[in-house]
Amino acid sequence: MPNPPATVTIRKGGDDDGHVGSLAQVHQEAERELPDLPPNPVMEAIDLNVFYGDFHAVHDVKLSFGKNEITALIGPSGCGKSTVLRCLNRMNDLVAGARVEGQVTYHGQDIYARGVDPIMVRTHIGMVFQKPNPFPKSIYDNIAYGPRVTGMKVDKMDDVVEEALRGAALWDEVKDKLKQSAYGLSGGQQQRLCIARTIATKPDVILMDEPCSALDPIATSRIEDLMLELREQYTIIIVTHNMQQAARVSDRTAFFTAKPDETTGNRTGLLVEYNLTNKLFSNPNDKRTEDYISGRFG
Amino acid sequence: MSAATVAARETTAHTIATGKSRDRTPGSLIFLIALWLSLFFGIAVLTVLLVDTAIKGLPRMDGNLLTEYDSTLFPEKHGFRAGILGSIWLMLGTALFTVPLGIAAATYLEEFADNKKWYNRIIEINIQNLAAVPAIVYGILALGVMGLFGLADGLVIGGILALSLLTLPIIIITTREALRAVPSEIRQGSLALGATVWQTTWRNSLPSAVPGIATGTILGLSRAIGEAAPLVMVGIFVSVRFDPASLTDMASALPIQIYGLASNSQEAYQQAANAAIIVLLLMVLGLNALAIFIRNKFQRSW
Repeated sequence: MPNPPATVTIRKGGDDDGHVGSLAQVHQEAERELPDLPPNPVMEAIDLNVFYGDFHAVHDVKLSFGKNEITALIGPSGCGKSTVLRCLNRMNDLVAGARVEGQVTYHGQDIYARGVDPIMVRTHIGMVFQKPNPFPKSIYDNIAYGPRVTGMKVDKMDDVVEEALRGAALWDEVKDKLKQSAYGLSGGQQQRLCIARTIATKPDVILMDEPCSALDPIATSRIEDLMLELREQYTIIIVTHNMQQAARVSDRTAFFTAKPDETTGNRTGLLVEYNLTNKLFSNPNDKRTEDYISGRFG
Repeated sequence: MSAATVAARETTAHTIATGKSRDRTPGSLIFLIALWLSLFFGIAVLTVLLVDTAIKGLPRMDGNLLTEYDSTLFPEKHGFRAGILGSIWLMLGTALFTVPLGIAAATYLEEFADNKKWYNRIIEINIQNLAAVPAIVYGILALGVMGLFGLADGLVIGGILALSLLTLPIIIITTREALRAVPSEIRQGSLALGATVWQTTWRNSLPSAVPGIATGTILGLSRAIGEAAPLVMVGIFVSVRFDPASLTDMASALPIQIYGLASNSQEAYQQAANAAIIVLLLMVLGLNALAIFIRNKFQRSW
């Protein structure tokens, strides 16, 4: 085909158009007074290295996730942020050839220690995925699935379902069709159902892997509101490609980038900067962070 | 204005000016006709076959055909009772044997096996190959197994063994396809809630795969019911004059009886054979209809 039209405009560097300033501005709603580092981290990654076979995917990540805080992991594609997220509840165990070195602690306990059951880890650390993935069952059965499979002691399942759906701000929309298929819901509703499904098992930490990337802006904003509500009860760690989203919801932000290996050219992800969201966006310590958030790279 | 826009506008202008779509050039028309002919050929052969059988066989579609045993003295009273009952025995036995075994094997291979391990790879390749093995080879194998246990020729159990060997690879392969069609996001979602692999398989993957499994299973069985070659090998009889009542009874089967009559030159027996073919076709079509019904009833989209 002859030259396609250039429809993508590449942003110039610098902050001539107030792009970075707007990030700091949208953060104000989520902003709280927090110490520089989480005082009592719920989870910590200590010298975390991840390999897929011979491929070194993530290099020496040190992170701590504070209680009732939202931590955003941002960075360009292939920088290992999703890999890090999946290590936090041992979902990477399911990938053939994946190997984790270093420690991931949950309340001080290494979840990769010998004898730790990944099934138990996942009941405490829930996960919401990029694409809404309700089960091909009724709305009710979707929520009841977690408590049923984990053998949770439940007085009345109806109450558990209602509480979870209320928690995910979905109850009013679905209370009359609990027995209908979850596939009848819109994309945004499905994603909130997935969040409800996760909180029904009463986890401590909720991991979210780009939860809004398949949703329209209105559904996205509802999920973001929900995250700010859930922050009161849960610790949330979210991977996002959307810097605006990180700015809008997160308390702390970790910026990752990918460094090509000199000999093989394989890109290894590494943590560049971890800071309060406000500081990271308004006054980054690292040149690479500044380049990324101002749109000069990535 | 981009090149694509220009091209689109030109096409539109051309269509409006001439009233002709570029989809109707001589080349594309010839191609379309070729496609139609290919389709027509397949359907024509099938129709001729069916109509021919129907014309020859319909006069004998009577009660005797279903209720009487075969008769060498009165061709007009020749019936296929033993064959029909034998085929039903064989089919039910094969289903009882292969469905649980096939689904279990496929579930292991798809959900639990580490397909990087050499032994799992060998099993996989072998199953793929087994589906392409000529049916008669399974007959020889079943005959060998029967001989090993000192069992006589022509027993129901021998037929079931031969047809099961034939059907098992088909059921395993279609069940694996059905399980593979369940999106991995569903499994991950289940595992992320703290479910075990076993719970995920039992509560999510298998129920979601039911339509595919049922369809594949029934199609496999309907292929088995029409097979004659492996049954000839295990010595299933052309003529039996009693109803099979247990696995170790001697039995006949419909395809074998049809095969037995094919060499008989009497007009009345040819008629009876054609009528039996209609019965066999109806049984196969009934099974296929059941498969379609199940597929449509439980169909879901992700």
